[in-house]
Amino acid sequence: MELLLVLGVPFAGGIVLAFWGHRRFAPELNSGMSLLTLLAAAGLTTRIIADGPILVWNETFFVDSFNVFLVALTAFVAFTTSLFSRPYMRIEAHTGRLSPDRLRLYHSMFQMFSFTMLLALLTNNVGILWVAMEAATLTTVLLVSLYRTPASLEAAWKYFILCGVGIAQALFGTILLYFAAEKVLGSGGTALLWTHLNEVKGALEPTVLGLAFVFLLVGYGTKVGLVPLHNWLPDAHAEGPTPISAVLSGLLLNVALYAVVRAKVLVDGALGTHFAGNLMMGFGLLSVVVAAFLLSRQKDIKRLFAYSSIEHMGLMTFAFGMGGALATFAGLLHMTVHSLTKSAIFFAVGHAAQKSGTQIMADIRGLIESNPTIGWGLMIGSLAILGMPPFGVFTSEFMLLTAAMHQQPWATPFLLAALGVAFAAIFGKVQPMVFGTATAKRLPHPPALIPVFAHLAIVLLLGLYIPPYLAGWYRQAAALIG
Amino acid sequence: MNLPLSSQLINLFAALLLLLAFAMLTQRRILSLINLFALQGFVLALSTGVVAYSTQQTHLYYSALLTLILKVLLLPWILHRLIRALNVRWDVETLIDIPATMLIGIVLVIFAFNLAAPISQIAGTITKSTLGIATACILLSFLMMITRRKAVSQVIGFLAMENGLFFAATSATYGMPMVVELGIALDVLVGTFIFGVFFFHIRETFESLDIHHLEKLKEH
Repeated sequence: MELLLVLGVPFAGGIVLAFWGHRRFAPELNSGMSLLTLLAAAGLTTRIIADGPILVWNETFFVDSFNVFLVALTAFVAFTTSLFSRPYMRIEAHTGRLSPDRLRLYHSMFQMFSFTMLLALLTNNVGILWVAMEAATLTTVLLVSLYRTPASLEAAWKYFILCGVGIAQALFGTILLYFAAEKVLGSGGTALLWTHLNEVKGALEPTVLGLAFVFLLVGYGTKVGLVPLHNWLPDAHAEGPTPISAVLSGLLLNVALYAVVRAKVLVDGALGTHFAGNLMMGFGLLSVVVAAFLLSRQKDIKRLFAYSSIEHMGLMTFAFGMGGALATFAGLLHMTVHSLTKSAIFFAVGHAAQKSGTQIMADIRGLIESNPTIGWGLMIGSLAILGMPPFGVFTSEFMLLTAAMHQQPWATPFLLAALGVAFAAIFGKVQPMVFGTATAKRLPHPPALIPVFAHLAIVLLLGLYIPPYLAGWYRQAAALIG
Repeated sequence: MNLPLSSQLINLFAALLLLLAFAMLTQRRILSLINLFALQGFVLALSTGVVAYSTQQTHLYYSALLTLILKVLLLPWILHRLIRALNVRWDVETLIDIPATMLIGIVLVIFAFNLAAPISQIAGTITKSTLGIATACILLSFLMMITRRKAVSQVIGFLAMENGLFFAATSATYGMPMVVELGIALDVLVGTFIFGVFFFHIRETFESLDIHHLEKLKEH
């Protein structure tokens, strides 16, 4: 029942807003739909925690503690983003950057995007997972080019082509997976169901699965934004409307990584070696290091934080690749805190850019003077994402580094150096933006700052104290991933 | 070697697909490119039909029908309308000249056969020998996407790659489960529509469909 609501509400929202998305009340309707989704997701989560994994509707949907945790996170961030987008999109419409038609497209696609991500998370069918991931790309392509500027068109085109090619690789990987599974499970519907695959993973043909994983990692890895497949990511983040940057960074990348991790579980079972993990560690480490060094060269504030997302996705990929209870726990925690912190930063950045009328960092100055809450939001968010102690990112990075020290000591210097470089780059750029002499103007609508501080408060809380049920939940999920 | 008629036919169609992939790689005119793409879809549908007939897999008939409707009729029709509306019938410029592209293509085919060899060995389908060709088609379409400059030809390359993937699915496993195939078809269709919308935006903004306009966003 809750599951039906979790998927049905955003889908219905997408259709309703396709008609009414340009009305005055559309932003509130959008938030209302997201709130309903969140409530349904919360209901689903409590049920899974109480009753354990469920498998419903002819085994079409499968919910265990790993994906229900991401469902809750996705619904939550989608809701807060819809709160943030209310004043943000009104200001954009007010300044004439968006016509009513585009506003309608935006609201409709926002809900559809939530729907495709939740579908990707909840489905039991590896093929449908692929279909939903592709649909998630399609729903966001037109949002990236929403402003129809040359740069945004270019970004959307790049996003479309690169992710299209990437996702085609993932389809080939899925075909290979089905090919191996068909030998064991027989042809027909069941051979792509994850629950069935997981039961027989030891019997699957290792060479085929190895090859399949390479394709799946490259394919979904393109969407995770792993170096060297990351080219689309900074452009899409910088040129699209800021609420979309927030959900891309906070949610889509997570969902793509979820697909990779699900595949890894199967491949590990079939191969019995650490092949999949090694590949993930390699790509992860490369992403962390390359992204950290590219940070200092950025001039656009949204590109800066897009590169920071690549860095953090690299960290998570590395953690899941390393495997083991501690590293996986750290990876899951990092997924949570990164989503919350990064979307909070994008909320603050969005309003800061609107106030200054530019995304170029050199022209944004003195936020603390013109609007202290935006200024502090950006400062605290940046400190949190850089892994400063009381925040949750510190906890997860500390756990990750401890695990790395034990299991892969060679990698720790690279990780530490990259984190240091990232700190210097981001802090050096954020500091003058927050504390310089003010240049900003007034906004026609009051900015939405509650989501920023709500997110940062949760991240702070997770840094100081992880509630036992949450820790138990992470542990359960970590045990599933292995 | 005495092969039954059906597998001889399948091999013939596979060879035709590879030939068409090369033809698309070298074709300069966009109109002919769309016709070649439609022809490729037609051969694909025929070969799927033969596989369905010889193996008695009824769901493959539906896939063949789906391919016929989507890739032979609907998509080429959309593309034809698009290029008429946009008036982009001119010759395609390529980044690398045609003979060099052909040579790279041949190397890719050899690589594809090597890649597919271990998989086709364990495949139990009558179509296992065509898996190499399917992989080659995917790689050739990929090459086409890389070497073309016009947005339309990049899209045709993308769709041709999907053809190759579909062929791979048929030859390795007699096709994916129906629900997945329907989902993929839906995605391809929606994708093509979005591409169409996109062309108009690109055209409005740059007054050309040449994607070298889309190379401004570089690292500074």
